[in-house]
Amino acid sequence: MTKNIMIVGVGGQGSLLASKLLGHLLLTEGYDVKVSEVHGMSQRGGSVVTYVRFGDKVYSPIIDKGQADFIVSFEKLEAARYLEYLKADGRIVVNTQEIDPMPVITGATQYPADLVEKMEAAGAKVDAMDCLSLAEQAGSAKAVNIVLMGRLSRYFDEIPVEKWQKAIEECVPAKFLELNQKAFLLGRG
Amino acid sequence: MKRLMLGNQAFARGLYEAGCSVVSSYPGTPSTEVTEEAAKYDEIYCEWAPNEKVAMEVAFGACLAGKRSFCGMKHVGLNVAADPLFTCSYTGVNAGMIICVADDPGMHSSQNEQDSRHYAMAAKVPMLEPADSAEARDFVKKAYEISEEFDTPVIMKMCTRVAHSQSVVEEKERILPEKKPYVKNIAKYVMMPGNAIRRHPFVEERTRKLIAFAETTDLNRVEMGDTKLGIITSSTSYQYVKEVFGENASILKLGMIHPLPEKLILDFAAKVDKLVIVEELDPVIEEHCKVLGLTVTGKDVLPLEGEFSQNLIAEKLGVEVPASRKLEESLPGRPPVMCAGCPHRGLFFTLAKNKCTVLGDIGCYTLGAVAPLSAMEMTLCMGASVSSIHGFNKALGEESEGKTVAVIGDSTFMHSGMTGLANIAYNQSNSTVIILDNSITGMTGHQQNPTTGYNIKGDPAGKIDLEALCKAMGFERVRVVDPYDLAQCDAVIKEELAVKAPSVIISRRPCALLKYVKHEKPLKVACEKCVGCKSCMRLGCPAISIKDGKACIDTTLCVGCGVCKQLCKFDALQNG
Repeated sequence: MTKNIMIVGVGGQGSLLASKLLGHLLLTEGYDVKVSEVHGMSQRGGSVVTYVRFGDKVYSPIIDKGQADFIVSFEKLEAARYLEYLKADGRIVVNTQEIDPMPVITGATQYPADLVEKMEAAGAKVDAMDCLSLAEQAGSAKAVNIVLMGRLSRYFDEIPVEKWQKAIEECVPAKFLELNQKAFLLGRG
Repeated sequence: MKRLMLGNQAFARGLYEAGCSVVSSYPGTPSTEVTEEAAKYDEIYCEWAPNEKVAMEVAFGACLAGKRSFCGMKHVGLNVAADPLFTCSYTGVNAGMIICVADDPGMHSSQNEQDSRHYAMAAKVPMLEPADSAEARDFVKKAYEISEEFDTPVIMKMCTRVAHSQSVVEEKERILPEKKPYVKNIAKYVMMPGNAIRRHPFVEERTRKLIAFAETTDLNRVEMGDTKLGIITSSTSYQYVKEVFGENASILKLGMIHPLPEKLILDFAAKVDKLVIVEELDPVIEEHCKVLGLTVTGKDVLPLEGEFSQNLIAEKLGVEVPASRKLEESLPGRPPVMCAGCPHRGLFFTLAKNKCTVLGDIGCYTLGAVAPLSAMEMTLCMGASVSSIHGFNKALGEESEGKTVAVIGDSTFMHSGMTGLANIAYNQSNSTVIILDNSITGMTGHQQNPTTGYNIKGDPAGKIDLEALCKAMGFERVRVVDPYDLAQCDAVIKEELAVKAPSVIISRRPCALLKYVKHEKPLKVACEKCVGCKSCMRLGCPAISIKDGKACIDTTLCVGCGVCKQLCKFDALQNG
């Protein structure tokens, strides 16, 4: 059975490290894995999506509507944007940070209110937390990605915490290791 | 060792393992990483060429000399390199030569979604199409074998989802091929009419032999399942088909997309009740099947445009798709924007303020067309800004000369802006060309180019002096401005538009994302001074927003470029 994790956010927020970590961890756990990224123009502050799929044998590199077991979102509006991709019983893990998109910045429209509540009202399981504060507490605002991975790790009973920590060790430069391990544990809570 | 690799990374691994010696490419999403990854192997000579035509000719020269070679490009890059492609099909090769072309269905980062398979047919060269990373690596080796056995360059076609998806690859050793000495052969390599006339029948005979090869090669494979439905497919579409149908359909997966087999397809068709062709973009396989006299379903139900996905294929072929939900309200979009601190912003602001007609080009700065700046009115292809402004001004004369500019990046200028500039100098139009020199090829992820002074490995290299180049072409007016200095930009643009002579303005400041660029502290808002006039908002900087009627700086984004500060009449934006 293939499991699907979507990582969404704003270009430049560090989603590539999150998908690298997941890919590395899941491959080490013996799964077939596919990770699909977007490069080029979309990375310039636009909405970005990364797909991570794992199981005995994975064919498609992408996740389609109604198929994501998890949506890990670096930003609240982006979680709402990709809600369609969530499975009936899927879960959203979301950083409550708000980053205004250009139509909001220019005043053409407003940043939507109460998005977490609205997603819950639509029947989604939502785990919302302020990952930015936790990342800053760990030592860098850039560690939001690892805080989110920490949170996500709570939902993987079959993968012990030490395996996650070892994967971080193997994916992150040595000088940022301590910071990221701290960020991971703060996210895991 | 088993590793997760991007398709492009696996492609590069294939080049390494197959003993490729020379790589020359021009960056272009989604092809760039093949060459970047190949450059990590010291055994392979790698370079960024000024454009794809040069790259292909470099690769041709290397294969002529007897070393396996490679050039890589995006789909539109093959338009630029089409000239050498069509004729090196005639000459054939000495050592093997592979051309990678990466299509971008869905246009994630492209100006069109042309289907490169037409080039293989038109130039009559074989084309392979891998469906994942492991195949990308394996197909490179097979492509070199085909290239040398059939005396032809071989195109390997990637697409965004194969190029930028990671899947499992097992690394193998590098094996160097046998040496192929260079032997003078005028009849084969000098394509003047008398020789080319004799090479054309060779090309047609080669295609016949390649069709026979396509019938039996393991690049094409049949996976029999339920015979009620037979699907012919390739590339990433194969993965979606497997995802939807598994064993509930029989599949002919084509790894060699040109030339296509005949008997293999007819035999497969005879074993299934219904035949469906699943291919992105144009009906290439479908048309081939129709010529073979088969009745097929294809583009009558599947779209000609955009990417496919498992749900799209399921829905179009009558399979149930999973239920989904969404919020009732419409959400604000999040289009890509110029980064905070982008040096292009100040220049485009000035162009918008002066109500200039801006003919644009290909790069990050194409985002100058996006609101609120909306300061670009044309983007066509690499180099077109410089050539088009000449035509625009020749057509309208004084009506347009004083308010029209061309904008082009440093790398794009080297790629194909120089020839347009030569035309302005030669045929004399009062055109103003602005070179946005951010000292890097930005959009594709920071590749060096001939103006940066560094090569693909980051080592010092030849550096072309833009000012000297423009002057040598005959431009007497060559000005340099700092795009962070709005007053200077404004004055120089006004002067150069007013003058009745061709001119070049170089807007020079390195990309704000370059690692060596040192940033100032984020700006602060003196809230008591901010009157909420929103002057600063006209820049469209993602680091500035209005909260509770006052300007607000996102300190995680702001790099302290200070451009917004120059627009604030109330001194509310201050150094941090």
